[in-house]
This record gives sequence, structure tokens and C-alpha cells, in this order.
Amino acid sequence: MTGETVRIAQLSCGPEYSGVQKEIYAAAEAVGAEVFFPDLSLADIKRNFRDFGLDVRSGDLKLAIARAVALVEGAADADAVFIASCFRCAEAAIVRNELRRYIHEYSKLPVVSYSFTERTTSGTLLTRMEALTTIARRRALLARERQTGLTMGVDSGSSTTKAVVMQDNEIIGTGWRPTTEVIASADDAIALALEESGVKRDDLDAVGTTGYGRFLVGEQIKADLVQEELTVNSKGAVFLADCQHGPSTVIDIGGMDNKAISVLDGIPGTFTMGGICAGASGRFLEMTAKRLGVDITELGPLAMKGMGDDVPMNSYCIVFGTQSLVNALAEGHSKENVAAAACHSVAEQVFEQQLQEIDIKEPVVMVGGTSLIQGLVRAMGNLLQTEVVVPHHSQYIGSVGAALLSSGFVEKSG
Amino acid sequence: MAEVFIYPATSLILSDLVARFGHKPLGTALSIRERIQTAGLDSPPLQMTPDDAKKGLRWAAVEVPSGVRGRMSLFGPLIDQAEAAIIVRNPEFAFGCMGCARTDELVEFLVKQKKIPILELDYPADEEEGINFVHSVKNFLTRLGGVS
Repeated sequence: MTGETVRIAQLSCGPEYSGVQKEIYAAAEAVGAEVFFPDLSLADIKRNFRDFGLDVRSGDLKLAIARAVALVEGAADADAVFIASCFRCAEAAIVRNELRRYIHEYSKLPVVSYSFTERTTSGTLLTRMEALTTIARRRALLARERQTGLTMGVDSGSSTTKAVVMQDNEIIGTGWRPTTEVIASADDAIALALEESGVKRDDLDAVGTTGYGRFLVGEQIKADLVQEELTVNSKGAVFLADCQHGPSTVIDIGGMDNKAISVLDGIPGTFTMGGICAGASGRFLEMTAKRLGVDITELGPLAMKGMGDDVPMNSYCIVFGTQSLVNALAEGHSKENVAAAACHSVAEQVFEQQLQEIDIKEPVVMVGGTSLIQGLVRAMGNLLQTEVVVPHHSQYIGSVGAALLSSGFVEKSG
Repeated sequence: MAEVFIYPATSLILSDLVARFGHKPLGTALSIRERIQTAGLDSPPLQMTPDDAKKGLRWAAVEVPSGVRGRMSLFGPLIDQAEAAIIVRNPEFAFGCMGCARTDELVEFLVKQKKIPILELDYPADEEEGINFVHSVKNFLTRLGGVS
């Protein structure tokens, strides 16, 4: 890494002709990174492509493969890798997937992939680019395994805002509020966490923020650490699940989007973020609970009592998912079965849309508010054929990660 | 003089051959360099915008990947204008290479739909094939009425 600029190698097909190359540049620039194209000779392209063995037809995919080989073999230098190709291109999807696996397996480079349309903006890419730069820039901080001193983490999420106070590797206070006005919600959550922990704001040694509102809240509360949720949540998850060494997979089905992260020694290697529709997110489960006339906290136990196999439910799109929900109830299916089917549908969407893009390695850790919905955790476990781990305080994962990582600033200042 | 669409559109050699035999080449005339330091082998003009992918909707439906549609916004007008075409299959990178095989398929199909004179050639593998390649191009262009 040269100075503070993180160099991200771009392996791609189609971004220039889609008119989105400047969006990629803008997202990288916003997080202090530089996107570049590994320089190869025509002879290198032919040799690397032949050696890799995936016989695709498109010239730019051949070039992407050749560049990936150059990065893995050390013929080209980079701090991170961004793989991008056109959405809906089957040939490119195969290459994207195989290159991500190849780079993850044979190098230490963090890698993220994305399929774009002409509507992709730098804002969509920002968190992904930020995560790549964080992993490259803060590898030492991410290696932190114990929380020290008295620190607080605030997770300003799209649905809820959470705060956690930690002292000497223990959680001593938590606060939770629905996100309405970003700063006001953060203030309320912080007040609750401070009250429960019995400490004052001024007593804190360091503070970290994460989540969608991280910049705004971070500025307001003068946070020492402002960091995207992909790296922070991974750290919080492996810390709470006590799997800081070796591989693990973190799944966070959020209120607005989902994260699936393949982690090694607490540091994300590959990750995906997003989802096609809110039908694959916690929002659909909120709607289901509302339609069933139960509190969201009751949906999980309800689903555990039901069998969703006989209830047709497809939440690929939240509108169609809602139709399935209404139809299922109209057909006389029980609340329990409908709740189970809704959980299965969300898990299935995440499985099909996102988990195919990362390497699933055990233990699989589910975090975030939706991890408290037992029916969803069971459905995910069934799909993955594994026992999913839900650590204590899993709904506070971002706050715990931020409190843990911000304690790196305690020692720095101390 | 005929307007002759060339594919790969970036091939300077094809462009030169068409011009030498008295016709107007329709291509994008980008050189393939020895070292590739851009996003793609056939990196487009810098002024490409997301609107170009929308302009490509005239030749490819919305479910077609945006990169194909963006390319079609460049090649589509050239195909519309073409009175003849030369298509070289599986060319070497250095001859002129298009980045997207799906666009290659669509371009070839649309050119054939026009019912214009078309010369389709495989990229030559050795010198003898190379000589035959140039002869074929020359004969095709001469029949179109260019300079002999």
C-alpha cells in the first residue's frame, strides 16, 4: 500500500460501455482509494488466460481472468480487488464467481464483486469500496481480539439504532431505538446504554460508529472510529460467537439490505451486500408480523410451531410476497404455517441471491435483529444443512464490533 | 464507393484494406496496443454515459446486459448505415478485438438481417491463410465496385 492511498485493482467487463466507469472511480475516490487496471502485455493475457482454463468467449472476460492470475502470481501489485460485470450476463457471472473464489483462495487480497446496470451509482458502490479500503488499511485494527478500556459502539441502521457500552471485554450496557430521525434516535439509544451501564458520556475512552447513519452520528458524537458495517459486523460476530480464529461465515439479514461475509481470522475475505428487493429482507418479516397481527418478537416462536412446506410463498419481490401472504391466509392456512413459510421465503431469497456469491464455511453465524426470529434461523439452517450459530447480543452486533474496534484508539491515545 | 461495416470494428488493418480498395470503412478505428492499461481491450471513447446504454435499446431489449446495449449505441448506427460488411471470426487480440462475445453475436445477426453483401472470414492461422485472407478481402471489395 502506497502511503494512505489504497490501490484497488479492477477486473471487469462492460463498465465503460454501460457508462458507469466514472461511478466506480467516484466511489473509490470518496474513500481515499485509487482504482487501476493491472497492466499486461498481449502475450501475458494469452498465457494467463490459457493457464487459468476457463474458456470464455468475451475478450474483456479473458482480460479479467489474465489480470486475476497476474495479481495472484504477484506480477501485478494491489491492495484489494473489485470485480464487476454487467447484470444479467451469464458468461460474466461465471467468470465473476470463479475469479472471486480463485483470488480468495490463492491470495490475501480482499475481494468484492458487483453486477451493474447503467443505473449503478457511486453511492451504491460506496460501502463496498469502503470495506475494501478498511480491510487493506486497517488490517492491524481488525486483528484486535479483545476490547479494552471503556468504549461505546453505535450502530445507526436503517430500521433500528443500537448502542453498546463495553468495559474490559464485557458488555455492560445496551440501548435500542427504532430509527426515525437519525441523530435523535442515536441520542436516545446512547442514553439508554449509558444509563444501563451506569457511566457518563465523558467517562468513555473511545467511541465508534457504524451503519447507514455512521457519518452523521460519528460527526455529532465526535467518534474516534467511523467504519462501514461489513467489517464492523464481521468483527462483532466472530467476537460474540467466539470464533475469532479460522474461517466462518457471517449472515446479517437487515431491515433494508443483507450482508453475507466470508471471514478468515476475523477479517472479511469476500462479501456481498444488497439483495434484489425488500422481499429478501427483514422488512418482509415485519410486514408478515403486521399482517398476522402479532409483534415482530412473536413471529419467530410462531414460525417454530408451523410447517411452511404446504404454503406457497415467494418473496422474490415484496409485492408478490405480500400477495402470497394474503392468498395463503385467504386459503385458510394457519398463522403458524404462514409465519414459517415467510421465514423460509426470506431465507431462500438470501440463499439464492447472495450466499451463492461467497464461500460458505462453518461456523455460520447469523447476526442482526432478524437473528432473533428463530423461524428464520431454522429456515437458514435447513437450507445450508448446518446448525446456525446465533451469539448472545446478536442484535447489537454492529455496536459491539464498533465498541471492540474503537478500543484500538484507547491504547493509541493512552 | 460503398460504406463497408467492419468487424472487429477496432481493426485498423481491415479499415485500411477497405479504404485502399476505394470504399468507406465503418468502424471505430481504435488501435489495439501492445500493453493493455485500460478497463477493456476495446475501451470506448471517454464520453460514454449511462444514456448510451439507453440509446442501445433501439437494437437490444432492456433485459440485454447494459454493456451490450452501450456497445450497440456505437455499432448500431454503423450497421444501419452499412451497404456491405466484412466480419472476421476469432481474430487475434492484435488484429482488433471486441470485448464482449454477446455483442459479437448480436452484431453478426443484425448485419445478416440487412441482406447486404457480407464477407465472413476466419482469422488466418499461418502465412498461406493470410495471403488467401487478403485475396478474399480484395476480391470482395473489388466486386463492390471499388478501385482494383
